[in-house]
This record gives sequence, structure tokens and C-alpha cells, in this order.
Amino acid sequence: MICQECKQRQATVHFTKIINNHKTELHLCEECAQQRENFIQIPSFSINDLLAGFMDLGHAQPAFEKPASTKCAGCGMDYYQFKKIGRLGCQECYKYFGSELQPVLRRIQGSTQHTGKVPERAGSGLLKKKQIAQWKAELKRAVEMEAFERAAELRDKIKALEQLENQRRGKKNELD
Amino acid sequence: MSWINETGPGRDVVLASRIRIARNIADIPFPSAMQAHHAAEVAENVRKSLNHIRAETGSSFAFMYIRDVPVVERQILVEKHLASQDLMQNHEVSALLLDSEEKIVVMINEEDHIRAQCILPGFQLNQAWEKLNHVDNIIEKNIEYAFHEQLGYLTCCPTNVGTGMRSSVMMHLPALTANKQMNAILQTISKVGLTARGIYGEGSEALGSIYQISNQITLGPSEEELINNLTIICRQIVEKERIARKALHKTSGMQFEDALWRAYGILQNARVLELKEFMAFISQMRLGVGMGLIPDFSLEDVDTLMTAGQPAGIMKKVGRALDDSEIDIARADIIRDALDEILKSKNNL
Repeated sequence: MICQECKQRQATVHFTKIINNHKTELHLCEECAQQRENFIQIPSFSINDLLAGFMDLGHAQPAFEKPASTKCAGCGMDYYQFKKIGRLGCQECYKYFGSELQPVLRRIQGSTQHTGKVPERAGSGLLKKKQIAQWKAELKRAVEMEAFERAAELRDKIKALEQLENQRRGKKNELD
Repeated sequence: MSWINETGPGRDVVLASRIRIARNIADIPFPSAMQAHHAAEVAENVRKSLNHIRAETGSSFAFMYIRDVPVVERQILVEKHLASQDLMQNHEVSALLLDSEEKIVVMINEEDHIRAQCILPGFQLNQAWEKLNHVDNIIEKNIEYAFHEQLGYLTCCPTNVGTGMRSSVMMHLPALTANKQMNAILQTISKVGLTARGIYGEGSEALGSIYQISNQITLGPSEEELINNLTIICRQIVEKERIARKALHKTSGMQFEDALWRAYGILQNARVLELKEFMAFISQMRLGVGMGLIPDFSLEDVDTLMTAGQPAGIMKKVGRALDDSEIDIARADIIRDALDEILKSKNNL
């Protein structure tokens, strides 16, 4: 094949670029290829490539048998795309690919539990959730022990905190 | 004053300490999957914090869209370690928040929505984290971050999830390199969750014996634990490098000093300087200055020269694009002039 650019030398570098299902092919000689840097992105060996390898290790069954239905409802990324680029599309991906991610995280991070900083805003909901869960457990015990005064007190506290949290979420949705 | 020309603890071995955190805004797709209007929303959200950051840190910050930054300037930001190549590749949607001292930078729409970093001269990891944490808290006042109870800060690449923090120490290790101890060190640190790479040059080559050592894992230990771990290991590497320098000096004596002075002499007189040899000589000269063997220059002088000798720095100075051989000639000119300039200013004092 002759180089598409200079139409003289032998084409030794072949590229296929696919954007939105639109395929562009390019056959160039080495010299012309060097001048087409924007078309060519020579794949570097990155951590993302390595990740893809780990994805398969996590499963007894090979990845290509994985049902294609695992698709993130947040951004539409599917398992194959994720595996290919080693990058997630949105925060929901962590939920949808959770079972694939766990072994990867254990391997590359050695842990799956964050113990560091908790952001005040995003974390405040979290802390409230924890508090509510704790009170609910206490409430259950109080009812079992027929400590109704304590139970009523806890019920009011839970209600108040839940209302507060709903207001916060409502405000956030309005802003969106 | 940028970190390059400011003194810092342990500067003879440690050029700079850098911490960066990755953050994403809740309910907006990560840059890998987002559309232009999402990107604009992210940039606008961060921009809202600009006045807050200015007021609370007392530093003047500038906000810029990368598309408005001239191409040579973009490359200089990369050479100064203030921005990444990824940010420049996303130039249609990416932006940058930079303080006038060039210590705190917030990259917007890089691999994650927000990549904030603090870089300080010398060995100052804790101070860098303190400053960066403060800025993170200010930005968070206007933004709800994507955060998960168990996994921590959610990032585009699972290698950054958790703290989203990468702390690194930029080290000059010429004596350990000369003693062929680097491989053993690199292998050892990988066993304690750290990783190292050369800063200048490509692939495994570390031009100028300059390495960046950072934490590999981001999930599990807290920010403080990760920083402590890195500090402890790097402190030992600093000590080992200093011992190796003394040992080299002791065993090779005048030959050792001669090599350093010759490197300085070449930088002062060369008419053509390739990047690779420039880095080798400036590394030798830095070693001489760091050990107090070459007077008249400070480590900050040498590090400023090192940045000035990188390709985009040269093109900026010359004011036009240059081919490789032109760059090598211009590099020699710039370094000669800069050395003269420093000597002159010292003599006038």
C-alpha cells in the first residue's frame, strides 16, 4: 500500500480511528505519520491497561462471557468500555461495576475501606445517616424493653433529623 | 516567588514536595464521559470559589481557560510542574486556577473534575498538605463532592479512589545513582506502597538523576498516614544520598571535585547543549553547589537554570518555535548568559 499523504513511499503505519461509530482509516509512511500527531495517539502503556487485566482476574469466568446487561444507568458506560479504558464514567459506575471493582481495588489498593478525610458537605448526610441508624437500633431495643418514654423521645429525634436531611436534599435538587 | 527560587529544608537533596488531590462534583459525569455543558458547569462551580480562596488564603489567584493560554505558555506550565499534559490535551474544556506564587494550582477538567495541588520547595510535605487541605475545604463550601461511605472520594480512575491523594517528593540523587544503588532502592520502596519515576526524560531514564517518589495506594490509610509513610522513607533516602556523596568525595577526592567543576565549566562555555548532556552537567553542578564545593551559586540558582534549559522555557525566551538543533544552540546561549548574570550580581553586592 502506498502512503495516502505523500503518495510515494510505502505505507507502514496504519491507523483506525472511531468516533461516534464513524470510522476513519489512514495509511501512512513513517515520515508522514510523524507529521500527523493529532490523528495519531500512540498508546502508552499506562495503569489503565493494567487495570483491565485485573478486571478479569477477579472473575472465575472470563470477561467475554460477562452479560452485556451490566451498564451504568448514570452515564451509559458498559462493562467492555470500562474494561477497555480502565476509567469510570461517573460516580454511579462504582455502584454498577461494584462487584468487578472490589477485587481490582483489593489488588491495586490493598484495601476497600476509606479511613481518611470526610468532606463536610457530602459527608454530613453520611454522618446523619449513621446517627439515624444508631437511634433506630436503640428505638427497637427500647420498644422491646417497653421503655416507651425513651422510645418516644428517640422517635422524635429520628423524625427531626430525617426532616432536616430531606430539606437539605430538596434544596440541592432545586439548585439542580 | 515560586518554589523554584525559594529556599526550603533539605534542599540539597529535595527539590520540592508536592501533594495533589483528585475530586469530582456529585451527580456530574466524570471528564471521561461528560459533555461540553457539564465541563462548563464544573469550571463555573470552581470559579465561584475564587473570591473565597483569595480572601481566606491571602494569595492572589488567577482563573484561566486553557484555550485562552498560548501554546508555548501551556508547555511552560507543564515544565514547571504546575499543570499536566492531560490538562493541555483537554484544552477545549479545561481550566486552571493558579496562585501568583505558583504554589497552589487547581486543574479543572483534567482526568477528574478537580485536581488540586500544592508544591513547596524542599522537604515540606506536612505544610503542603495543610495548605492544600485548606483550599479543598474552601472549594467544598460551594460544591458537593462525589463521596462514598466505604470508598471515600470517587475518582475517574480506581487507582485514585479513597483519599484521592498523591503525595510526592522530588529528589536529586546523583550519588546513589553513581553508586548504582537506585535499582535496589526502587525495588524496596515498591514493597512499602511507594513508587518512583524520573521527572525529566521519557521511559525509565531519569535525566539529571532527578526522581519523584510518591505513594502508590490511595485507599485504606488516611492522608496523614500516607504522608507519614512517605516522609519516613524519603528521610532515609536523603540520609543515604548524603552519606553516598560524602563517601564519593572521600574516596575520589580531587577527581570527584574535578568532575563537578568541569561540568560547571562546560555549562559556562558550551555553544551547543543537548537536553540529555545539559541535564547531566547541571546535575553535577547541583551536586557541587549542594555540597558547598562550588561557591557563588545557590541551589535555587541551579534549579532555576534547570527549568530555563527545558524546551518550552527556551522557546518562550527566544520567542518563536525552534527545531532541535536550534534549541540546543539557544540552550547553550541561555545558560551561559544566566550564569554570567548570577556571577555579576554576586560581585556587585
